[in-house]
Amino acid sequence: MTEDLHDVRLIVNGVHRELRVPARRLLSDALRHDLGLTGTHVGCEHGVCGACTVLVDGAPVRACLLFAVTLDGHEVTTVEGLTRDDGSLGPVQQAFAECHGLQCGFCTPGFLTTITAGIRANPDPTHEEAREIVAGNLCRCTGYQNIVAAVERAAEIAREDVPGDVPAPASPPQDGQLGVEDRTEDQATTGLGG
Amino acid sequence: MGQKVQRVEDQRFLRGQGRYTDDVLVTASGAGVLHAAVLRSPHAHARILDIDVEAVLDAEGVHAVWTYEDLQGPMAEPLPLLIPHPALTHGRTQFALARDEVNYVGEAIAFVVAEDRYLAEDAVALIRVSYETLPAVVGVEAARRAEHLVHDDVPGNVAAHLDQRVGDAPAAIAAAAHRLELDLSIERSACMPMEGRATVARWDPDTDRLQLWTSTQTSTGVRAAVAVKMGLDLGQVDVITPDVGGGFGVKINHPWPEEVLVPMAARVLGQPVKFTEDRREHFISSAHERGQEQHIEVGFDDEGRVVGLDVRFWHDNGAYTPYGLIVPIITSTQLLGPYKPGSYRVRFDSVYTNTVIVTPYRGAGRPQGCFAMERTMDAIADYLGKDRTEVRAVNFIQPEEFPYDHQLVFQDGRPLVYDSGDYPASLEKLKRLVGWDEFPAFQQEMAAQGREVGIGLACYVEGTGVGPYEGAHVHIETSGKVKVAIGLTTQGQGHATVFAQLVADELGVRMEDVEVVSGDTRRMAYSVGTFASRAAVMSGSAVHLAARRAKEKALKVAADALEVDESDLQIVDGVVSVKGAPSSAIDLGTVSVLSNPLRYAFDEASQAATQFSVGDPGKPPVAEDDEPGLEGRDFYSPDRATFASGMHAAIVETDPRTAEITILKYAVVHDCGTIINPMIVEGQIHGGVAQGIGGALYEKMAYDESGQLLNASFMDFLMPYVTEIPDGIDVDHLETPSPLNPLGIKGAGEAGVIPTAAAIASAIEDAERHSRPSMSIAAMPISPSELYTLRQEHTA
Ligand code: FES
Ligand code: FES
Repeated sequence: MTEDLHDVRLIVNGVHRELRVPARRLLSDALRHDLGLTGTHVGCEHGVCGACTVLVDGAPVRACLLFAVTLDGHEVTTVEGLTRDDGSLGPVQQAFAECHGLQCGFCTPGFLTTITAGIRANPDPTHEEAREIVAGNLCRCTGYQNIVAAVERAAEIAREDVPGDVPAPASPPQDGQLGVEDRTEDQATTGLGG
Repeated sequence: MGQKVQRVEDQRFLRGQGRYTDDVLVTASGAGVLHAAVLRSPHAHARILDIDVEAVLDAEGVHAVWTYEDLQGPMAEPLPLLIPHPALTHGRTQFALARDEVNYVGEAIAFVVAEDRYLAEDAVALIRVSYETLPAVVGVEAARRAEHLVHDDVPGNVAAHLDQRVGDAPAAIAAAAHRLELDLSIERSACMPMEGRATVARWDPDTDRLQLWTSTQTSTGVRAAVAVKMGLDLGQVDVITPDVGGGFGVKINHPWPEEVLVPMAARVLGQPVKFTEDRREHFISSAHERGQEQHIEVGFDDEGRVVGLDVRFWHDNGAYTPYGLIVPIITSTQLLGPYKPGSYRVRFDSVYTNTVIVTPYRGAGRPQGCFAMERTMDAIADYLGKDRTEVRAVNFIQPEEFPYDHQLVFQDGRPLVYDSGDYPASLEKLKRLVGWDEFPAFQQEMAAQGREVGIGLACYVEGTGVGPYEGAHVHIETSGKVKVAIGLTTQGQGHATVFAQLVADELGVRMEDVEVVSGDTRRMAYSVGTFASRAAVMSGSAVHLAARRAKEKALKVAADALEVDESDLQIVDGVVSVKGAPSSAIDLGTVSVLSNPLRYAFDEASQAATQFSVGDPGKPPVAEDDEPGLEGRDFYSPDRATFASGMHAAIVETDPRTAEITILKYAVVHDCGTIINPMIVEGQIHGGVAQGIGGALYEKMAYDESGQLLNASFMDFLMPYVTEIPDGIDVDHLETPSPLNPLGIKGAGEAGVIPTAAAIASAIEDAERHSRPSMSIAAMPISPSELYTLRQEHTA
């Protein structure tokens, strides 16, 4: 038995891409292996670590929990799409470099996308809010201190930015669509909570 | 040196352009790369009666399937026992694919290669195996009872028994003014790097060579092992370790079954093959660590001075012993920390269980040793009614006593001799940093509000930078760019930055002109690996020495060209100039051109080095004691390890009702000798502390009695998120340089994790002290429900 293939059209980092994939092909695998965008990483394949987080129509989703076919017609932003138009580092990327927010770099793409959406929703987070923004992502290397510092620094850089300078995917879709996660809820289910 | 320099490797990581093993050979269509999946044992202990792969052969997209029967020659032999030891009388290792028997859930049985991973997994599901299940041995206690055996031919489930002693501890304890006994236990945890294991191989039939990318902590180790398994010459195997998404120890074990099966399949099938472990596989088929049961007897005087320490412990080594006795040997020797007991005896059994193998996890046996020693110190202080810092202070090795010989044999087979340190100074710093002396007032203040808070501390010494050696190669190109190769691998420690800093300093070039490559056997074939906090010490020293050699040569060539004495030259920002006469200068790129006498010019610059342009026609173009090219290569091989040290303190709050445990403050004083980049060292400490907190409060491998790992996912294994880590970790440094290496460096990679569980146990006990004086924390990790139960037992 050969698998049926389905056509999927996506806008990935602003570029139209077409795919022919089996229904069960995960978005994470489609991005990495079919489109060659290996910046998106897979740390758990079960929606807990956040390494695979990408933005779908501007909202953070876990690419390991979505089938690529369900994304037909949507806009996806991966870590490769977070740089500025001139190729220099975007605000969150720059903040991570300044604050030493990464070590092995494996969790980093998921943090960068998550924080990009986080500070867009809340451009001036308090320290507590900065911690909450990253509370659904796992990092085994850094102990998080510098990642939280990087959230605050990223917000600062983004606020100083000329509007429009930051890549701005389309506005977030309606609640519930595409398994888009609500971050606070996500924390409640994946945090350790004592 | 000593500067907070931003990391050069970050640029590619932040742009999503890192190259991890699973990213290798990804083309837009993935063309040509086959993917492997592994059938793993669902039973902890079983005999394999039959394997039926018939259905797989017709499955869609399947290229091949292997079981033990299909393995030949060295591939059919057990995997290597990497570190033999005379005490390891019953060492056992597994086969690449199980033969006849499986000994843990997750053990590899069959290997399928298909068009993609989905199809490979479909095919794995079609394999039918009949098993005769056998009783599983789970946990140290069951192993010791030995009602059932893991390996039929290993009596009592004991892989090894080792004794070491200095003086007569039992006699000293018997004669001591005071005596105490403690029974402690530490649960299993695991490294859990965010990237699991991954291996890709490509066989090139035209050159008869194998190219292997693998996520390892030792590319040279994998290379040697794969060459032997596949019957290849070392020269036919290139192992490249690209970016590695964290290691923490688990990736030092090698070769994993897939590390030999993938290249075997690539050669047989004539197509590249990739294996990437998923998270569940990482839980059940990579390695764990930490699990130990300990019994301690201690004798001490009225001041709390330990006159005799007698430790007996049982180390759970899982189903096999590929990494020998390294972990329990480290526990048994590093347990002593900064202290000098009057006499010491340690005896351990390393026992088999039907669980995943145990190999080093950051700290590698030290957290357990530290837990034993520090719990003992706290027990002594409690018994004598003394301040916990005072008891520690009277037991410290003093600064003037270095080098201090413990008269024991360390993990590298060499004497356990501490090179340098200043423990009293560290303790003073820690007390100030955490506010030790002010704490009782705070505790009272909190108590008045009905809140229970406690403070605790723990001290450690860590042997870092063990041999045998590391090397480095520094090449100054004709462009003036400097290419550096080190043999060991990197998995997030920022080696590309710190070693570039060292080269820039020594050579006098700009950091941005230095590029460091690691873990590629084509660039540096002689290396040991990244473990035991040894990279900065070993490779750092080698890089420094190699850069010095390159510099010496550059000065010699430049001196000839400028017709001055070498001692009159300096190198600044990549330009060699005469001191005090900066117009008389030559840049390093040109020096590189001149260092290589040429027959053929390939560009304008190289014309300067051709035979009618340079050299004394009366002498050979390359002097007898010289080589062409501007390169330096050197190796560093120390007499013995260098000993870093540190102390942690924690302030915790325990909820009187729910027993919830919150860390209010965490303080670290750390001495890793000379610091190359403080930003990176602090990052290592933060990460270590977070793992330590995981081990203290959350992480354990929940095996049921049949040997099933019940929490083999990130959903169920509680690895800390930011919400579990204190907001702010206070770090202070002490720099006691090591006399053993040219830069005075000591290792820093593991330090953060070592004393964390001990410090937190101490703090929890302190928080509970006033309501439940008899209660002690003897097991880690401790969850709120365990603390709650413990409270019940100690409430009259
Ligand atoms: S890989 Fe998707 S959440 Fe972990
Ligand atoms: S930087 Fe390695 S997992 Fe986060």
